[in-house]
Amino acid sequence: MKISAVPYVAFKALRRNRMRTILTALGIVIGVAAVITMVGLGQGASAEVQEQVNRLGQNVVLVFPGARQLGGVSIGGGSANTLTTDDARALREEIPEVIAASPEVRSQTLIVFGNRNYQTRVYGQSHDYLQIRQWAVESGRMYTEEEVERSALVAVVGQTIVEEVFEGADPIGETIRVRGVPLTVIGVLERKGMSLMGSVQDDIVIIPYTTAFQRISGRTHAMVINIQVYDEQSMGIAQEKITDLLRERHRLAPYQENDFTVQTQEDVAQTATETSRIMTLLLASIAGVSLFVGGIGIMNVMLVSVTERTREVGLRLAVGARAPDVLFQFLIEAVVLCLLGGIGGIVLGIISTELIATYAGWPALFSTEAMLVAVGVSAVVGVFFGFYPAWKASRLDPIVALRSE
Amino acid sequence: MSLVQLKHITRVYKSGSLAVEALRGIDLEISEGNFVSIMGASGSGKSTLMNILGCLDKPTSGNYNLAGEDVSTFDKNRLAKIRNRMLGFVFQSFHLLPRTSALENVELPLLYNDDNLSWKEIHKRAREALEIVSLGDRTDHNPNELSGGQQQRVAIARALVSKPKILLADEPTGNLDSRTTLEIVELFQRLNQDGLTIIMVTHEPEIARFSNRIITLRDGLMSSDKSIEPLNARQALKNWKDQEKIQLESEVLS
Ligand SMILES: Nc1ncnc2c1ncn2[C@@H]1O[C@H](COP(=O)(O)OP(=O)(O)O)[C@@H](O)[C@H]1O
Ligand SMILES: [Mg+2]
Repeated sequence: MKISAVPYVAFKALRRNRMRTILTALGIVIGVAAVITMVGLGQGASAEVQEQVNRLGQNVVLVFPGARQLGGVSIGGGSANTLTTDDARALREEIPEVIAASPEVRSQTLIVFGNRNYQTRVYGQSHDYLQIRQWAVESGRMYTEEEVERSALVAVVGQTIVEEVFEGADPIGETIRVRGVPLTVIGVLERKGMSLMGSVQDDIVIIPYTTAFQRISGRTHAMVINIQVYDEQSMGIAQEKITDLLRERHRLAPYQENDFTVQTQEDVAQTATETSRIMTLLLASIAGVSLFVGGIGIMNVMLVSVTERTREVGLRLAVGARAPDVLFQFLIEAVVLCLLGGIGGIVLGIISTELIATYAGWPALFSTEAMLVAVGVSAVVGVFFGFYPAWKASRLDPIVALRSE
Repeated sequence: MSLVQLKHITRVYKSGSLAVEALRGIDLEISEGNFVSIMGASGSGKSTLMNILGCLDKPTSGNYNLAGEDVSTFDKNRLAKIRNRMLGFVFQSFHLLPRTSALENVELPLLYNDDNLSWKEIHKRAREALEIVSLGDRTDHNPNELSGGQQQRVAIARALVSKPKILLADEPTGNLDSRTTLEIVELFQRLNQDGLTIIMVTHEPEIARFSNRIITLRDGLMSSDKSIEPLNARQALKNWKDQEKIQLESEVLS
């Protein structure tokens, strides 16, 4: 058969049944759009995670209490009581590579300013916590080591607090109450945005850990110790030294396991990206199901089409078409149908990703690969689901086909 | 040597334990330039014979020699090529593709031709074929925009477009009124005068009188084979027109 006539004949046949073509392609459009949207959102999330990890700070080591691990990352979340503020101090003072160490304690609590109440997280940290996090104050100042020593009643607040509690007014010098303890605001933090876990990092109050332990949380042990290491080359040795020192301080015998977990930001990053990769895969496979359903729609319509056009097939065979010509014709028709759906799906996918990204505030990323894959997959769907009907058509006997009603 | 040579052709249809002997031994020779009518009662095997002549079906036994080649030994693909190159088909129910222009309907056989003609050449040949059947001005019309006679002429143009040796027509006028039938037969006579061999099935004796040979089938066998002096279809059409005119005038007068 004349090669250039094949796509032409396919387009003609699809145009003859315009409404049906549109409805059938719609199945593929939705499938492809779903895949693109899901992959777009998933990849956006991955990129965001990566960025967040980078924003976590540089050369950061985290020490969690307890040895519980999941995929290399502690899920203890500070449930065990094995890390003390003295551990933190010792780490900073005895290991030369460690240039900052902040024992962290978190409380989810209400803060009061005048007649306003606001639920937020209050963090107890050392004076060098902002250095570890590569975070800066926008106005005012961070508390000093001396203020930590004497459990000063001071606080540094994030942007969300300024907006929600102070309604945008300058909070410096104002006094907020946390669990009845009056704290003077001395600094406002730069905006930081969302965290790895999707929480707004600016929704935060930071106070000296001494004040937090003694007056606010009622806890005696750190939930995590945030550590900054001098430089990247020292990360490995620093981790070893941290482990050794903590084992020694906790008086662990050689046969005993660590009662803490040391992690670097890379570990955290790896787990986070792995998690979001799995999420992307999961979302994409759910979307893939709708593409599959679209493919079944194609097969159904192609079968109907072959039955309806039995006489046409008979005629084509009579005037010299061979079985492969007929097979190819219907196959290409299914593929063209799927490709049309694929192109429509890309357009719809981009639009829906944009919409979700704007209105739900989720990050999204378009990759050309995802689109090429979507188009490739829809072509494969066309071949896969178009083959049986096309094969059926090519097996027709011209005489029988011509006589059919 | 004859263009078509059938030697003791039989065709048995088997369906389950039942076997229908549609053709029971046909010996037939048709030479180039003949215009043959095949007649016979319904079920006598006319269509079965046409399918075999048209290489759409194979005989159960016997030999079919077409233009010097024994096509009864050919496989499906070679038969498809023979149909495409040597034969043109015209059917009772036209078999035009719906919602497809006359021109594209006529182009169809050329798409399956191995010469890989250019689109320009394909359009040109299709247009020429439509001009032969006097539809040069209807190339863009879809079948539903054409009368039955015009549709059948498009089908004839499609049969002619690859310049076949034989035109096979199974009751080509079965769906047409007598005036249109006469026009189609007149067209066949013209094509035959230009050298085309035509084999036409009809059950109307008046139509068969326009061909130069009448073969009659009965129960799968040839019961008669007569060469005749054909009536002139053009003359018949002219008479018809005159009569119509007289009738019309008398109606107007009364
Ligand atoms: N595909 C078929 N299967 C079984 N029997 C058939 C088939 N086609 C035709 N016949 C039988 O063969 C005989 C001849 O049929 P056909 O050639 O169509 O006759 P005609 O065209 O003269 O009316 C009839 O008895 C018919 O029933
Ligand atoms: Mg018949």
